[in-house]
Amino acid sequence: MSTTTLTHDDAHHHDAPKGWRRWLFSTNHKDIGTLYLLFALTMLFFGGASAMVVRAELFMPGIQLVDPDLYNNLVTNHALIMIFGAVMPAAAGLANWMIPMMIGAPDMALPRMNNLSFWVLPAAATMMILSFVVPFFPGGGTQINTGWTLYPPLSVQVGMSMDFLIFAIHLLGISSVLASINIIVTLLNMRAPGMTLMKMPMFCWTWLVTAFLLILVVPVLAGGVTMLLFDRHFGTSFFDAAGGGDPVLFQHLFWFFGHPEVYILLLPSIGVLSHVIPTFSRKPLFGYNSMVGAMLAVATIGMVVWAHHQYTIGMSLGAVTYFMIGTIIISIPVGLMIFNFIATMWRGSMTFETPMLFAVAIVLMFTFGGLSGVMLAVVPADMQYHDSMFVVAHFHYVLMPGAVFGLFAGVFYWLPKWTGHMYNERLAKIFFWTNVISFNITFFPQHFLGLAGMPRRIIDYNVMYTEFNVISSIGGIVFGLSHLLFLYIIISTIRGGKKAKAKAWEGAKGLEWELDSPPAFHTWTVAPTIK
Amino acid sequence: MFFRSKTLIGSTSAALGLLAAGGARAEWGLNFPPPAAGVAQEIFDIHMMTMGIATVLLVIVFAFVFYSLYTHRKSRGYEADQHFHETWFGHWSWVIIPVMVLGVDLTIASKADAVLKKVWEVPEGKDFLDVKVTGHQWWWEFDYLDHDIKVESRYIPEEESQELYLREVDNRLVLPNNTKVRFLHTSADVLHAFWVPELGFKKDAIPGYVTETWADLNREGVFRGQCAELCGTWHSRMPLVVEVVSEERFAEWKEEQNQLKVAALAEASADKTWSMDELMAKGKEVYDTKCAACHQVTGLGLPPAFPALKDSPVAKGPIAGHLDIVLNGKEGTAMQAWGSMNDLEIAAIVTYERNAWDNNTGDVVQPADVKQAR
Repeated sequence: MSTTTLTHDDAHHHDAPKGWRRWLFSTNHKDIGTLYLLFALTMLFFGGASAMVVRAELFMPGIQLVDPDLYNNLVTNHALIMIFGAVMPAAAGLANWMIPMMIGAPDMALPRMNNLSFWVLPAAATMMILSFVVPFFPGGGTQINTGWTLYPPLSVQVGMSMDFLIFAIHLLGISSVLASINIIVTLLNMRAPGMTLMKMPMFCWTWLVTAFLLILVVPVLAGGVTMLLFDRHFGTSFFDAAGGGDPVLFQHLFWFFGHPEVYILLLPSIGVLSHVIPTFSRKPLFGYNSMVGAMLAVATIGMVVWAHHQYTIGMSLGAVTYFMIGTIIISIPVGLMIFNFIATMWRGSMTFETPMLFAVAIVLMFTFGGLSGVMLAVVPADMQYHDSMFVVAHFHYVLMPGAVFGLFAGVFYWLPKWTGHMYNERLAKIFFWTNVISFNITFFPQHFLGLAGMPRRIIDYNVMYTEFNVISSIGGIVFGLSHLLFLYIIISTIRGGKKAKAKAWEGAKGLEWELDSPPAFHTWTVAPTIK
Repeated sequence: MFFRSKTLIGSTSAALGLLAAGGARAEWGLNFPPPAAGVAQEIFDIHMMTMGIATVLLVIVFAFVFYSLYTHRKSRGYEADQHFHETWFGHWSWVIIPVMVLGVDLTIASKADAVLKKVWEVPEGKDFLDVKVTGHQWWWEFDYLDHDIKVESRYIPEEESQELYLREVDNRLVLPNNTKVRFLHTSADVLHAFWVPELGFKKDAIPGYVTETWADLNREGVFRGQCAELCGTWHSRMPLVVEVVSEERFAEWKEEQNQLKVAALAEASADKTWSMDELMAKGKEVYDTKCAACHQVTGLGLPPAFPALKDSPVAKGPIAGHLDIVLNGKEGTAMQAWGSMNDLEIAAIVTYERNAWDNNTGDVVQPADVKQAR
């Protein structure tokens, strides 16, 4: 890549535009990254609020707060908002902010498309929120009571709000695919001279793999929900056995997307950990090459094991055996990743600032969630676990540490870089401990509920399940409220605080730490050379 | 009716009381209940085995992490070993670790595979009792295919079922002990799933499909489970209660069922004209069992999903249209076809719906009218 200076009007380009134009017309990766992150933060509270209503309803046996359809609607809404509204945009926000700075590029490769891929999101979110509220208006039809999996024939019974949701999913898919294209193009073409692929920061690697996964699987979901739309309105019978279709086909399409989606949510956070743990262990990442290999293996195997979400549909012995073995095999690369993290900490010189606290919690809790995942992979045992609260406990243990805590770690790790201010470490530690402890109080008892026979997605339960539900709900309310502290820390860090140095953390390594905190509006206009 | 009468505050204090007395309560339900079938025992054993392995691995990982957290700290003056990844271990860990994990995986997978081969497919042989289990929104139907017996099973409201609310049904699935049972699962509307933990298996009920599971029952008792696949509004109200009885008791039970069936048939086929009062009384009974889950005892429904029948254009409109929707259901909604009920039941329901809740059309629909409408 050449290092010749571009000839252009400096005054026009090097200052941030003022007012709303700066954000609406933005082609600047840092501003768009900020937009993504703020959007995700907003959605986090929407999704969290619906989860808290769910937990409040489950606090006691009986139906107290909401009616069953609203309950199921909230369950659906919680999952979709958290996955598509909070975690994925937050990861995209980190990518937008960090990738150009990490690889020494002036911006993303396709800045205008970057603008589009963000601004599709608010439209999608509006559609999704409409799908939630439309039934409350006269003639609005019934509520979406299907859960986020949208299985027909139930989803064919739902009123017009399902159509809003289908279009919301289309828009979210468009946004994800555009962002992925942009990230791939950027990573493959805009790296600083000398930065070979195998010298790329690990966060960039994780996003490269994630972006490919997204491009491969999101269209499958879009196709599946489009077929659902046709079944609902245009007389097709893709999923209707009476018309020669197959209700199970939708499940295959959904999970062909849905299982890789788990890794889409997970990998960017693995990328964050690959920076946080070495920084605070003051030691390079252990096993860079094996990390890349493990990640490629996870992504590849993860594409072909989707049906372990549907062991109970009545597949043949051969099919379930294949999906079982494939799923269990995933523990090899994932185990290697966890091992590499522990080996990075091993014989390091560790300090425990908030990002590191989250990282350690992730290593421990993700291991726990991964091991219950191996239990679930075992087909005969899954005949019991399937669709019980045990599954709910499992995937929250995977997705909260694996995805969300990783994003929290990333936010605390890079917040000084973004804002130029150090966050309040004491408050952040209080947030960490409240968050992690209440998380475990919420979800650990749900394993027992599942084993004792409580299915998921029920609004009302027998008194025998009361005790653990009470514990879980109390934990859930504390967990939900603890995020207000997170919000406060972020706002106060943006507004002020101790000045952050260019290299905010003693052990930090990488190009992004050579830039000022906060970085100039345009950075790396002259590409650095990597030795 | 629809919301529980207990107040939130009342139930909260009850819960805290329960928590306080938690030690005294024996059943906190920490693990699966003891199996009641050979296949369930196999499944239970592999569950315990994988959980054991998972626990050991967890302890090992936690031990390493906590040792490191304690020892390799800057505050203890520990200097980072910058060459750790260049040792022989650093060079070969990418082989060593996967091989170790593979060993664990193979242990689990080989055992799981062996169990799977034993339990997954229904073995050859004719000595099975066949029960077809059909999921409906929101009740279960059990067809004893060899004995021509049909049982409808519905949840019992809390006032009657008390402690067993959502764990008890009006008609249980009665099965003989020491018998191999083949369950054939299907659904009349949306997805459901049959789950009784003591029997080991969970299986989806899929409309248009028949899936099968089996259980070699080896213990008498009452085993409780419920629908495990989200099936709409009242998913929580689909308990499953299996009662395994001695073979003698099962023979008696079959006889009772046959007598009930004969009596019902005789009543329905009696060539008589029913009075309004008779039909209304019978109609209320059948309506409250079969229709009230959606349309409610009050006839007010739960709009928009389940329309009200009070003042409804269907219930107050032409009889033919009303009969048609009851017999054939309404496509694309939760309203299913009820044609499997006998003429008397349908006549009673339609008469009841046309006259209850101040609908007062005065129409009396006779079983003969239903026969004609079919």
